[in-house]
Amino acid sequence: MMSVKLKALKRSIWLFHFNSGSCNNCDIEIVDCLTPRYDLERFGIKLVGSIRHADVMMVTGFVSRQAAPRLKLLYEQAPKPIFVVAVGTCACSGGIFASSYNMAGPVDKIIPVDVYIPGCPPKPEAIIMGVVKLLSKLK
Amino acid sequence: MNWLFNFIVFPGFIFTAAIGMLASWFDRKLTARVQWRVGPPVLQPLYDFVKLLGKETIIPKGSFGTFVLAPISSLVSVTIVSTMIWNVMLWPDRGFVGDLIVTLYLLTIPSIALIIGGAVSRNPLASLGVSREIKLLLSYELPFIIAMFVPVIKAGGSIKLGDLLTYQWENGLFIGSWSGAIAFACVLACIQAKLAYVPFDIPEAETEINNGPLIEYSGTPLAIFKLSRWMLLFVLPMFVIFMFMGGISLHGWHILWGILKYIMILGFVILVKVTNPRVRIDQALKFFWWGVTPLAIVAVILAFVGV
Repeated sequence: MMSVKLKALKRSIWLFHFNSGSCNNCDIEIVDCLTPRYDLERFGIKLVGSIRHADVMMVTGFVSRQAAPRLKLLYEQAPKPIFVVAVGTCACSGGIFASSYNMAGPVDKIIPVDVYIPGCPPKPEAIIMGVVKLLSKLK
Repeated sequence: MNWLFNFIVFPGFIFTAAIGMLASWFDRKLTARVQWRVGPPVLQPLYDFVKLLGKETIIPKGSFGTFVLAPISSLVSVTIVSTMIWNVMLWPDRGFVGDLIVTLYLLTIPSIALIIGGAVSRNPLASLGVSREIKLLLSYELPFIIAMFVPVIKAGGSIKLGDLLTYQWENGLFIGSWSGAIAFACVLACIQAKLAYVPFDIPEAETEINNGPLIEYSGTPLAIFKLSRWMLLFVLPMFVIFMFMGGISLHGWHILWGILKYIMILGFVILVKVTNPRVRIDQALKFFWWGVTPLAIVAVILAFVGV
């Protein structure tokens, strides 16, 4: 029974995208993954608008002090199991904002993170590879 | 026991769900091909469904009963419509006087379930979607029912599904006459709105209000809503084929012709979906009340004249 659930989950990952104060560059690259060139829908991956439908949360940007409570709230609102992917150098470590006065992050200081995808911005190939690593991690 | 088998297995739940999932895959694949993508595998709707069953179900505080009953009532009404239509298609003497009216009522229940389920979820975006869904329901239901008068008038005033079908088998299809063709065009426009497909996906507008009424749904209730939507993708074109194109006959080669009719209607609906932008709710209302409704009335008058 467990394996059927897991198999279905691996083939139908719905992404929710959260911008926690990013410069919008990583966000553009995430949307790139859904274009005809990369077409993630081949693997059942699609972008959803509501956190209640999501399986994976893609977080971009250093987490600003305004965004931190909202990020935490969204994580708690998500139906479990939910996985978190930190996209971009800012989300992984803070990037150039690391010593900034308005930074509450990086992401793993607020919520648990499953996969880190560094890059400024990461290429779509790198994002796809990160999601594949996440899928192979699921047990 | 026969009616239980009818409802659950053959023309009912399992059959409709299987074909509905296939239709949903066809929809996503054709959309992907039009957009020059590859598209998902055949079993994708099944994976989505099973995955949603395995997810946690979150229910807004204080609205347990209605929130869970709304998707179930939607699923049950679609299943009943499919069972009735297929039973009459296979054995035209089954059914009862007035089952056409019952079918028309049951076909509105998925929309009403969406309205109720969205309204109890207490989300501002969901309530926005609910208000749009109500307006859309008011706009397309009028021409839909007026257009349904045409087959009834042509078949001599019978409101029994079996009579409409046998009349078409003996005297030619309704779509072959002028009034029938006009009414068929009106019904196609209404189907697009009933399925909430793109020119009229105003209540769910994914890029604008994030799936509207479905925004708070998760896990099993969401899976049931999705399934009933996929089944509607099978049942609504089937109903149109039944009313205007003489149904699907299961004798020998005729079944291929029947499948072709279904794929033609489904493909048309999907191609309209992928090649059009979304309209505003007031534009949709104007389109249905001042565009489609007069056309449907013209079709009814032509049917009275006998054209």
